[in-house]
Amino acid sequence: MQPVNPQLTRRRFIKGVIASGAVAGTTSLWYAASGQSRPAGAVERMLRLNVNGQERTVDVAPQETLASTLRYKLGLTGTKLGCNRGECGACTVLVDDIPTYACSVLTHSMKDGRIETVEGLEAPDGTLHPVQQGFVEALSPQCGYCTPGQVMAAVGLLRVNPNPTREQVREGLAGNLCRCGSYDSYLDGVMRAVELG
Amino acid sequence: MAYMHIGKDFVPPDVAGKVTGRIKYAEDYTREGMVYARLLTSPIPHARVVNIDASEALAMEGVHGILTADEVYPDGEPQSTGLKILTNEPTLVGEPILALAAVDEKTAETAIAALNVTFERLPFVLDPLDSLREGGPNAYANGNTFNREGYGEVKWTTDQVASFRAGTPPGDDAPTSGLVPAFAIGDLEAGFAAAADGFIYEGSFTTAGYPHHSMEPRSAMAYWEDGKLYLHGTSQSLTALANDMAGIVGVAKEDLVFINAATGGGFGQRARANSIPSMAIPAKMAQKLNRPVMMRITREEEFTIGGARQGFQGWIKVGFRPDGVMSACDLFIVSDDGGKGGGADAYSAADCISILYQTEAVRYRNASVATNTAHRGAQRGPGQNQIAPIIAPIMDAAADALGMSRLDIRVVNSAQTGDVGGPQRTPLTSAYMPEALRQTAEAFDWEARQSRRRQRNGNKVIGLGIGQGYHAAGRSGQDGIVMMGADGRLKIHSGVGNLGTYSYAATSRAAAEALRMPWESCDIITGRTDNHLPITSPQDGSNSIFTNTRTCYGAAMDLVAKMKEIAAADLGGEPADYDISEERVHQIADSGTGMTYAEVAQRAMELGGKYTGEAELPEDLHEWTQIAASRLAGTAFMGIYHDPVISNNPPGFTVTCTEIELDLETGKFDILDMVSVGECGTVVHPQGLKNQLVGGAVWGIGLSALERHLYDPQNGLPASTGYWQSKVPTYLDTPVKIDAGWVDLPDPENPVGARGIGEPSQGSVSAALTAAISDALDGHIFGAAPITTDMIINHIAGTREDAVALAQNNFRG
Ligand code: FES
Ligand code: FES
Repeated sequence: MQPVNPQLTRRRFIKGVIASGAVAGTTSLWYAASGQSRPAGAVERMLRLNVNGQERTVDVAPQETLASTLRYKLGLTGTKLGCNRGECGACTVLVDDIPTYACSVLTHSMKDGRIETVEGLEAPDGTLHPVQQGFVEALSPQCGYCTPGQVMAAVGLLRVNPNPTREQVREGLAGNLCRCGSYDSYLDGVMRAVELG
Repeated sequence: MAYMHIGKDFVPPDVAGKVTGRIKYAEDYTREGMVYARLLTSPIPHARVVNIDASEALAMEGVHGILTADEVYPDGEPQSTGLKILTNEPTLVGEPILALAAVDEKTAETAIAALNVTFERLPFVLDPLDSLREGGPNAYANGNTFNREGYGEVKWTTDQVASFRAGTPPGDDAPTSGLVPAFAIGDLEAGFAAAADGFIYEGSFTTAGYPHHSMEPRSAMAYWEDGKLYLHGTSQSLTALANDMAGIVGVAKEDLVFINAATGGGFGQRARANSIPSMAIPAKMAQKLNRPVMMRITREEEFTIGGARQGFQGWIKVGFRPDGVMSACDLFIVSDDGGKGGGADAYSAADCISILYQTEAVRYRNASVATNTAHRGAQRGPGQNQIAPIIAPIMDAAADALGMSRLDIRVVNSAQTGDVGGPQRTPLTSAYMPEALRQTAEAFDWEARQSRRRQRNGNKVIGLGIGQGYHAAGRSGQDGIVMMGADGRLKIHSGVGNLGTYSYAATSRAAAEALRMPWESCDIITGRTDNHLPITSPQDGSNSIFTNTRTCYGAAMDLVAKMKEIAAADLGGEPADYDISEERVHQIADSGTGMTYAEVAQRAMELGGKYTGEAELPEDLHEWTQIAASRLAGTAFMGIYHDPVISNNPPGFTVTCTEIELDLETGKFDILDMVSVGECGTVVHPQGLKNQLVGGAVWGIGLSALERHLYDPQNGLPASTGYWQSKVPTYLDTPVKIDAGWVDLPDPENPVGARGIGEPSQGSVSAALTAAISDALDGHIFGAAPITTDMIINHIAGTREDAVALAQNNFRG
């Protein structure tokens, strides 16, 4: 079997979090989300982030997760929070083409990275990315809450393996839960995206 | 019948927003001046709040205020087991005690840590049987059960509890309790006597409770403006939930604007306001502080107040006559009501048996008992789906004992048009279970695959399973509104919630069908209640497709009747001389004489009165719809309808066949193949139906193999608050492909022939799976859902099967 993207592992961002000294506890996000008050002794930093091809300057607290920054500082609410603890994949974005749980990496560790969110996939004329189009044609989403994460995981997979088998897509997307159970329809959608190229 | 829209796929208007991330859920909104509320929740499973000292917290910079149970319930807390907005009498860990709002969530959390709350500990209980025992602890301060008369206490003797724990019935004098504690159909004794020469099975069973874990936590944001409450929330049911939420918040229905474009998953617990009262917290806090308030809910909080399935501990005896007919079923279930909520799952399980298998005699008894565990209530097929995986292996044992095929025994016991079911012997509107069984078996190649049954390949063994699911699938008595402006476009006002089934859109197409309009000329008006939407039944119980095709079709037909009246008045003749086609109303004899829809709508607006909703509204419109209609009156040509109530039961049925390969060394299995077929009347929206079938399949796999609810017995702390611990199925737990199909025969009680399907799709898969596991293990009946790998290994090793620590908070752990 052709290997699925070998970089698609939880290990990578778990390592990232450990290296950054972050605590992936639930409430840490809420602290980080505010940006209006911060722990004593912490140093405020203005960061330049490359998000969806644009340089954005943003005030980021030291313990702030990428999901917080995207949602609450940059208004990119397409990135969802299902668990905020690295279990569900609803927050999946691409960092240097690699699907990454945005709730489980610190924004400060992203400053050299190329971040892509679901909002960055459409062409300027509104044409959907093939994965988005495939998901529309297969009616892959049900409630849609996991959908942005599924889209980004699929886009990341197709960048390293443009012609996956259905089995490989299943493995490649295995880090993304869907409580509505729409897995079969997401697989249909990705296979349609492969056809659409 | 040739339809324009029914049975055809389309692109629902919200899909693009879902794949681009543009569609907004409650937590995606923000508002100038917004502050953030956080919850203080109960750290212990059963307690009474003695004192709250908030002085230090309220003095902190950035803190705006707190909200307590005394404030939201000035006349005392409601005397029911339902979830409360806030409480001073928590009966489960994680129940909200108070909310605190601050400039940001860090400040709110820090201030909550500075609160000084004194709790009085009360006895707690996790296993209903411990509470049933004489002298055992009660989950509530005033009892351990709740029925129509209020709180009560149900106790069994030590011997009765011991008998039940040992897997035998507690005796005929064991007290029952709950919303529907008992019923009997037919002659049980005669039924078992008839089975004496056939097959009789008797044994105990358990099914686990487990949480909904909808992907979107139930966050909400609220603000008040000009005396109106604007509430951004989450809901399966748009108008039905808002209608009751107004009462919970204490605001007039016309002063609540509930905004809910999309909901991140609803499987029962977001259908009704009383199972999601937490949305009233930001509403009341915003009123108190005169500021917008956002309250984000964490995954852990969602676990606690998000609702869970009732677990069962039961005893069952089933008799089959020599010809395979299920002649008798005797059922005693002890069900777990949790610390809040409850339900009638056990009743639904017995009711399901009588409908799905057309059992000649059924006796049902229930002790519905509270425990200090998570909130219980509606969850995808409550009762019907717990019992499905228990019955399926028993059916197979009967088939083997009687020398019948496992398909034939199900055909013999299946529901058909003309059949009745349940204690009221309610007629089914239509039923085609034999067709569903045969169609599924054919699609799966069931007969040919029998040669693979129990085939060994090294450590692996093949198991085949077939299962059935049922749930009532339709309601009536709701309202519909359609509007047409001078441009001739049809605006279909839908109060159906957007929970992910696309039923809000699929049912709207019945209006387009009635008017024979192209879909491109129609708009669905929904998403927020100030769009003036009719009331409908909550989007639970698999009812939406049946219920709302009736209302949408009815409202559109009212428009058609009015078009014909206007055309006859203006162009001559009688309304009966007119028909509609290609967006015109015209004479039947001379199709050139007529008016376009745009022209007739323009004329209706000139005429006013009943044509624009200013007079002669249908009698019996619900209050909520009357308000919506009064606000729409005079703005456009109106079609409006109140659907009459029907008494028959429109059923939803599914059948699933599956093949698994079970590893005898690890106890794990792979699902090699799966086919699920829906029997739900005429298919309205094939892709939507397919999604319900595959989504239900994933839930069925969770029920039969994975999902669980763990509590620490010493402290009553939940141990499965996250996705990982509760074992929600992933891509890798589900098959690479699930094939879906449908019978597609019309139901006579629906204008487009449709019935619903959401819930049975889980039951048939869970049934097929336990049947397949049993098949792979030479017919061993576990009497459990889930059947975990530990149980399989223990069975193979010949050790105790019930050695699954904490798995279900019952006598298996
Ligand atoms: S929200 Fe990040 S993995 Fe769930
Ligand atoms: S579509 Fe609802 S969680 Fe995936």
